[in-house]
Amino acid sequence: MEKRAHFSGWTLPLLLILPQMAITVIFFYLPASQAIWQSFLREDAFGLASEFVGFENYIALFEQPEYYRAMITTVIFSTLVAFFSMSIALLLATQADKSIRLAHGFKTLLIWPYAVAPAIAGVLWMFMFHPTLGTLGRPLNVMGFNWNPMLDGTDAMILLVFSATWKHISYNFLFFLAGLQAIPKSVIEAGAIDGAGPLRRFWTIIFPLLSPTTFFLLVVTIVYVFFETFGIIDAVTGGGPAGTTTTLVYKVYADGRSGGDLGLSAAQSVVLMVIVISLTAIQFRYVERKVQY
Amino acid sequence: MVENRPFRDFMAYLTLVIGVIIVAFPVYLAIMASTFDTATIINGNMPLTPGDQAPENYTRALFYGGKLAREPVSMMMMNSMIMALGIAFGKILISILSAYAVVYFKFPFRKTAFWVIFITLMLPVEVRIYPTYKIVADLGLLDTYTGLIMPLIASATGTLLFRQFFMTVPDELLEASKIDGAGAFRFFKDTLLPLSMTTIAALFVIQFIYGWNQYLWPLLITTKSSMQTIVIGIKKMITTTDALTEWQIAMTTAVLAMVPPVLVVIFMQRLFVKGLVETEK
Repeated sequence: MEKRAHFSGWTLPLLLILPQMAITVIFFYLPASQAIWQSFLREDAFGLASEFVGFENYIALFEQPEYYRAMITTVIFSTLVAFFSMSIALLLATQADKSIRLAHGFKTLLIWPYAVAPAIAGVLWMFMFHPTLGTLGRPLNVMGFNWNPMLDGTDAMILLVFSATWKHISYNFLFFLAGLQAIPKSVIEAGAIDGAGPLRRFWTIIFPLLSPTTFFLLVVTIVYVFFETFGIIDAVTGGGPAGTTTTLVYKVYADGRSGGDLGLSAAQSVVLMVIVISLTAIQFRYVERKVQY
Repeated sequence: MVENRPFRDFMAYLTLVIGVIIVAFPVYLAIMASTFDTATIINGNMPLTPGDQAPENYTRALFYGGKLAREPVSMMMMNSMIMALGIAFGKILISILSAYAVVYFKFPFRKTAFWVIFITLMLPVEVRIYPTYKIVADLGLLDTYTGLIMPLIASATGTLLFRQFFMTVPDELLEASKIDGAGAFRFFKDTLLPLSMTTIAALFVIQFIYGWNQYLWPLLITTKSSMQTIVIGIKKMITTTDALTEWQIAMTTAVLAMVPPVLVVIFMQRLFVKGLVETEK
């Protein structure tokens, strides 16, 4: 797309674009390229000299059992959050879509958790499910479930999944509702005239027509779980107990914090970059095609 | 409505009400906890109706802070506010200017410039934290508002949003302005800026929430307690040794941390939805 009319001159546009360029280069390209460069270097213990070691950092990284564990944790975490946040949001959106009044009223009541910081969301859920004083956590122990997210890795993961899902339902709800409202009512009525009941109509008409939205939300949710849940993890579990809730992003942070190997940490960042770039590329391919059936 | 079935409508209503209750419950608990004293919460039988400690808790949190982290929450809120507003306005400013240049001018390397900005869409700050930290440290920007704000506005969302909007502005407007003798500055100020107000407001809402809720970046670069943001501050109030955690102050702080962004979403709902939908395109 191009504009028909333009202003002429070079200096003004270059000046206009300069602030963004400067910030992007200093705070984006410089650090990103440094991460890539560093991932091929090894520093000596004092950080004084470094030598080029090729892919050794990557090989060392993939030989770490903890790295695989973080990878598996990340996959489990994102699968669970994606599944729950999307199915609950879809259920609520289909109900709200039944009438304009419901859709309008409940939208306000359901979208505000988007505005709650991930770390705060984590703290709220930790308080509610606290093993000794939580309104829901204490009864669990009284009933004999032996619930303790501070000591038990599975319990900790459950708590993280709850908090992360809670925060993301609103986003998915909003997009599912918009997607549902965009489906022409005539298609659904035609299905009804042909004798399809509500459930059949949902699975054979609405769900397939909604698939672009579903796919888009899947990618966005995975990116959300990868990166934005950092605050939840740090506030609720700190990656523990015993590393059971350390995701890939949390590991980059924790390793760097404990003053670990710079090259190794850079290699982790690069692996993450590759993951995000592929996810975004998949998303853009889809945006170009828009509808795929 | 395809069929008229009162029972199903009732079920829909019921499902939604249950959904809202589940979504609201954790926040409700936090609000309740902010009205009790430590003892009531610690013994594990906190009532579900408000207590009478709210004035005490809010005054203490706002002006004195918790026992562990002694910074008053009002100061943390001020830091969060400066950061959120800085990110929102900073991003709007740099991105509306660069989008204007990319759309309304022909200059060498225009396409390249656009791509250089566009690629930044792909990498969230979380993947390049330590190298970015090093640069900010080398520039002497640790523990400064500039250091908090700048790296977070280096992204393409705003530029893309404005570019997309400028593309929908009819060419005739620019032609007419040119005939009337308006230059680039006049056209921007008198025609384009007034037209962009809704887009600006929508971007503002999204960026304000984004800025207010930042966690990892402020955690890394702020060491002085006077630079602490509220989202970071609350974490320091909760310790693993439960005996020391003043839950009522922590929950009061959580409520205070939620108020500004949640109010923005509720009162600017239309702009918020617009911003959310359009930045994701």
